[in-house]
Amino acid sequence: MIRALILACAVALAAAGAAWASEERPTLAELEQELWCPTCNAPLALSNAPVADRIRAFVRQRIAAGDTKSEIKAKLVDSFGEDVLASPPREGFNLLAWVLPLAGGVAAAAVLGVAARRWSRGRSGEDPPLEASTNGRGPLDPDVERRLDEELARFDA
Amino acid sequence: MARRVKLILQAAAVMVVALLVVLLGWQVARQEEGRGLDDAVAAGKRPPAPDFTLESLDGDETISLSDYRGRAVVLNFWASWCQPCKKEAPLLQLAWERYRGEGLVVLGVDAQDLKSDARRFVERYGLTYPIVHDRNGVTLGRFGYSAFPETWFVDRQGRLVGEHVVGEFTEEQLVRNIRLALDS
Repeated sequence: MIRALILACAVALAAAGAAWASEERPTLAELEQELWCPTCNAPLALSNAPVADRIRAFVRQRIAAGDTKSEIKAKLVDSFGEDVLASPPREGFNLLAWVLPLAGGVAAAAVLGVAARRWSRGRSGEDPPLEASTNGRGPLDPDVERRLDEELARFDA
Repeated sequence: MARRVKLILQAAAVMVVALLVVLLGWQVARQEEGRGLDDAVAAGKRPPAPDFTLESLDGDETISLSDYRGRAVVLNFWASWCQPCKKEAPLLQLAWERYRGEGLVVLGVDAQDLKSDARRFVERYGLTYPIVHDRNGVTLGRFGYSAFPETWFVDRQGRLVGEHVVGEFTEEQLVRNIRLALDS
């Protein structure tokens, strides 16, 4: 248990370190994945539009000037609005874009869970499961089994 | 109790769907607004120009199209990376200098552009007419943008007149439409 906890902490620390490095020293390739071409509705990395070339040149220039990832994004948002970001910022109304899919997933799981429970309850209210036979063949139909019992009882009598 | 919860969930689902339909309708209506203007102007009608308020490129003031009511306006949508815009800029500056005494305003709307690039463009071409920055491209959309540059002509009553020029205008086209906007 303690070993797992230590491992989880180490993984979390490593992830935080990578995120910090990416924020402080972003690369063009990273930002190309996180930015959107405003004229062609495509990720910056996939766009050859003139404005995409200008954004790439701007990003290179700001990286060279020592700007952090957030600073570069803020400058681009100032020019193009939030549409330039591939994913909306996690604040204000945009938070809905992050929360709704999560809430939808949780709601769908809850609905599935309730439906599965009801289904299994419905099944348990039906006839008891048939007992397996010992001769290698499938179990008898309850109707046939009842008739067989009656016949045997008559025979015994 | 379970029935009540079911009803509430159903009502919530209906509300979410209704909200999505309203959002879709709003988006389609906005797109149609621009197309409608284009069709109306092409048919020789004079629809009112959609009003907008945007920050100037310098960021030191806000400008509305309605601020220029009583004057004719050449409304030019441009971006610094657009090649034909580089050819249009000197002609627009000339028109601004030549016709402003008669009551003409050239209003540049810079959109889908880095502000720093746009400022360099203004400096390079010595543009002195008012220029605003359409940060989110919302105004661009309301005028039915299809490609840079685009130019509309607004008369003194705030109506769109003449041609909606998509792409680079000719000098003759510019002068003819300015005359129409000034005289109507």
